[in-house]
Amino acid sequence: MIKLEGVTKIFPRQKVPAVKNLSMEVAEGEICVLVGPSGCGKTTTMKMINRLIEPTEGKIYVNGRDVAEVDPIKLRQNIGYVIQEIGLFPHMTIAENIATVPREKGWPEDKIQERVDVLLELVGLDPEVYRNRKPADLSGGQRQRVGVARALAADPPILLMDEPFGAVDPITRAHLQNEFLSLQKKMKKTIMFVTHDIDEAIKMGDKIAVMRAGELVQYDTPDRILSAPADDFVVALVGHNRALKRLNLVKAGDVARKDVPVAKGTCSLEEAKKLLQADNLPVIVIVDGLNRPRGVAYKEELLRRNGQAHLQEIMTPLESVADEDATLYDALSTMLNYGERYVVVMNHNKEFQGIITFGYLLELMKENGS
Amino acid sequence: MSFWFLVVSRWQSILESTWEHILIVAVAVCVAVVLGVGLGVMITYWRSLAGPVLYFCQVVMTIPSLAMLGLLLPVFGIGYKTGVATLILYSLLPIVRNTYAGIEGIEPAIIEAAKGMGMREITILRRIKLPLAWPVILAGIRTAVVMIVGIAAIASYIGAGGLGEFIFRGISQWNLQLVLVGAVCVSILAVLADGLLKRVEGRTRR
Repeated sequence: MIKLEGVTKIFPRQKVPAVKNLSMEVAEGEICVLVGPSGCGKTTTMKMINRLIEPTEGKIYVNGRDVAEVDPIKLRQNIGYVIQEIGLFPHMTIAENIATVPREKGWPEDKIQERVDVLLELVGLDPEVYRNRKPADLSGGQRQRVGVARALAADPPILLMDEPFGAVDPITRAHLQNEFLSLQKKMKKTIMFVTHDIDEAIKMGDKIAVMRAGELVQYDTPDRILSAPADDFVVALVGHNRALKRLNLVKAGDVARKDVPVAKGTCSLEEAKKLLQADNLPVIVIVDGLNRPRGVAYKEELLRRNGQAHLQEIMTPLESVADEDATLYDALSTMLNYGERYVVVMNHNKEFQGIITFGYLLELMKENGS
Repeated sequence: MSFWFLVVSRWQSILESTWEHILIVAVAVCVAVVLGVGLGVMITYWRSLAGPVLYFCQVVMTIPSLAMLGLLLPVFGIGYKTGVATLILYSLLPIVRNTYAGIEGIEPAIIEAAKGMGMREITILRRIKLPLAWPVILAGIRTAVVMIVGIAAIASYIGAGGLGEFIFRGISQWNLQLVLVGAVCVSILAVLADGLLKRVEGRTRR
């Protein structure tokens, strides 16, 4: 989908090339993250793909076509582009901002309006509320969303994203990253993503390209980057807590134990005890009629109690929860935050998905061993 | 008392001169906006010209208006053409400078995003750069208007008409009341023009 062949860029009046003889390929539907310290040539590499920068040497192919032979305007209209500063047009409404490329392409007005609404919904902004607002009325996170929506406007098969979530606070960033990943699951765009943050690279990338001083040091899957770093530079980049970072590669929903007992609040204590005995769990999850977790009952508490009481009388409200798309890293950090030995995993409908306990997490990591 | 008598007895010729004055300024400003914005935009593309062009405009500003009228007299002849040409020259600096500064002051990310999305340069200029720079350009136009309303009074000296006629006639006839009528009207005109443009500006700044 995107292919670079021996690409070199030397800026005028500079001796050292910004990008040196770079060859790589991004497969269709994959997110390739370019990562490295500032000045390593990652942004330059990205900008050569949509010809904001022309390479000094080498060839770049998009969809099998040499970009040097494509009209740059046409090329760019078919490649979504998101930058860190977002660059929303402050004098236009959100709808007008999103409509930029479709308008350039000459879509009919009603189709544009329809598309704008679809995109706003897609990035989680209510069209009725946000369509006619100006960028200045939005929060940083909302602006980033609009930036993504604008890049997706004409449904380009390829996206270039330069630190797209860089300008927001860490909580919002994690949120946006998760949302974008679940979007990508449906969209299957081919994405070139630039960041200096190795954690973001590990989280977002199907492949990671580590760059240093204009050269490609390692191009591999996140797991391989963490478990088999090519040299000391990559080791230093990923940091000493590699094992911890690998937790970022696993989704809570994929490994959560689903075969565990759950109980209704009206369940008697005796019955609950029986359910729990079979399993080495610290808690039993209490769900409502729609299988949505309402709270938990601690094993110690349960075993201490006797008599005819119902489970809901010893229920503790749910705190330690994770979304199914959250990573094990998030799950672990939730556990630590609440000082619990478990985290309850829920799907998007807030239904019970499973549970991850601390002991189970350790076992998982041992299995995956480095 | 005789000042008010003058105003009342000559109100018709005052109105006529005021209208002339407005016309000279308006024509000059219209031409200057087209020229000035054009030049300002041009020097954002050919940066090497920015220095010389701005320098030229600056030099023009330092020439005393009376001398400028004298210099242009052989070119455009006696009458309102020379007056308008002078006013255009004086309006250039604020308009060119503000156009240039307004466009240069746009956040680079906005331009980069526009380019990266495949907008043509002419579209970026029309739909992004000029609208965003417009409040700054308008401020330049305002400065120019207020300034040339005053200078236009001097242009009456070479027969361009306008409120300056009262002033020069007053001086030659040693009639201070007449000078006062001209001066007050020019001031009022300048204040009104300033207020009007300020309101327009306020609206664009939102």
